Amino acid sequence: MANALEISNLVKVYDNGFKALNGIDLTVPQGDFFALLGPNGAGKSTSLGIVSSLVNKTSGTVKVNGFDLDSQREQVKRSLGVVPQEFNFNAFEKVLDIVVQQAGYYGLPRKLALTRAETYLKQLDLWEKRDTAARMLSGGMKRRLMIARALVHEPKILILDEPTAGVDIEIRRSMWRFLNELNRQGTTIILTTHYLEEAETLCPNLAIIGKGNIIAQGPTKALLKDKDRSTFVADFTASITELPPTLVSDYGATLVEGGSIEFHTRQGQTLNEVFACFNEHDLEAISIRPKTNRLEELFVDLTTESE
Amino acid sequence: MTHPYWVAFTSIVYKEVRRFLRIWPQTLLPPAITMVLYFVIFGNLIGRRIGDMGGFDYMQFIVPGLIMMTVITNSYGNVSSSFFSNKFQKSIEELLVSPVPNWIILSGFVVGGVARGLACGLIVMLLSLWFTHLPISNLAITVSVILMTAVVFSIAGLINAIFATKFDDVTIVPTFILTPLTYLGGVFYSVSLLPDVWQWISKLNPILYMVNTFRYGIIGVSDIPIGFAYFMLFVFVVVLGGWAMYLLNTGRGLRS
Repeated sequence: MANALEISNLVKVYDNGFKALNGIDLTVPQGDFFALLGPNGAGKSTSLGIVSSLVNKTSGTVKVNGFDLDSQREQVKRSLGVVPQEFNFNAFEKVLDIVVQQAGYYGLPRKLALTRAETYLKQLDLWEKRDTAARMLSGGMKRRLMIARALVHEPKILILDEPTAGVDIEIRRSMWRFLNELNRQGTTIILTTHYLEEAETLCPNLAIIGKGNIIAQGPTKALLKDKDRSTFVADFTASITELPPTLVSDYGATLVEGGSIEFHTRQGQTLNEVFACFNEHDLEAISIRPKTNRLEELFVDLTTESE
Repeated sequence: MTHPYWVAFTSIVYKEVRRFLRIWPQTLLPPAITMVLYFVIFGNLIGRRIGDMGGFDYMQFIVPGLIMMTVITNSYGNVSSSFFSNKFQKSIEELLVSPVPNWIILSGFVVGGVARGLACGLIVMLLSLWFTHLPISNLAITVSVILMTAVVFSIAGLINAIFATKFDDVTIVPTFILTPLTYLGGVFYSVSLLPDVWQWISKLNPILYMVNTFRYGIIGVSDIPIGFAYFMLFVFVVVLGGWAMYLLNTGRGLRS
């Protein structure tokens, strides 16, 4: 079976001369839940924009479900559902009209379009708002409307560009459940996000893009396994004013505000050893927490290295 | 089973028609009010003093031109404002990501523009019947020329919207090009009244041919050869249609 997405040597140079993509290669297998991560301006949206036919590529090849973007664009478009980063519907149209209208563009007869629209609007808790003008919806509802619209022709691959940007935690988690279920039913999902927790929770595979280059790609667990440094912050019964030299030399410890200690562990070091060091110096730890999640650290490390 | 392209085409047309009907106070009402004022002031009050024009009373002479003026401005304005608004709100991306061929996008917007042009033209025509009698000398010419004119200006409106980057850009062409060409296109006078040099210059104005051919269809008089007018309209449809397709295919103003 063909891969859901195959990008080869993709280059994009904008009219103003800015080179957004330097010949990237990317493969997403069928049924995957894939994250494309990167800082602002790294080339995430440009890559997905090219795949979605919203941006013209300069060179390279893109295949979606085995269909070539240049010679089989119509089949590529039929395979994809696209949820862009910015709201891109007519704000004066009603919710139901927006979804049914989009179904029409994919050739779905009106009766079927209405049935599908009802299904997805209900699944995304928007059915009660079907006769409301889109401009009256909250930010979270607008995002869900774009997901319903992208699914109305039941695409094999769903592309989401920062789908949970600006939505509250409760809605974000309900969207995660929805997307997980959709993926479980066989839809390949490719998303970009700035919430690295989101990528770590949802996506078994990911790629990190920086300055128009893919700087890491593979299974999320394997990438995190390769990461050899984790940062923690420990709080103590008494405020710490002086650091034991062993903690500084072995664990890169520094004092942080409030008398706590920030330290790193590398591959081969255990937290038990750190606690032993605390005991040795009569430091009574009352809590310890990761400073950032591991993916966030990996992301920062890799994107900083690429600069 | 209905062909997907047909469904896509009817979806675009349905959306376009629904749009101009929803905002009827901005789309259907203004031409009705403006043209009634033209009928009263130019046709009734001033026209009575002017007397005959081309063998017909002045009101009867100007009504075809005013209907044509309405069709031109509304066909153009519908597509330019709707397409640009789609660009501005980014909702044009709904079409760009979907498997709708560009010729269907063009056809859908053009039919939407034609629909509004004809709806406004019909309203003005019905209102004109309060003021004068329209004999309809040749129904086929009347219908075909107004349809072709609406198509030409709908395509032109779409091209304008493709190039436009701000709302001002969709008002520049109607204000500085369309309106002067329409007023100088023999709506209010017969070009035979002009000195030779101005007659020659007037004949470079394509709107003169459209107005006169439509007038010929209604009252049976024209300042220009009808056959040439059809040829010119056909050329405009082909050239502008080809240009619009080229712009859509290359993604000019739509895809970065």
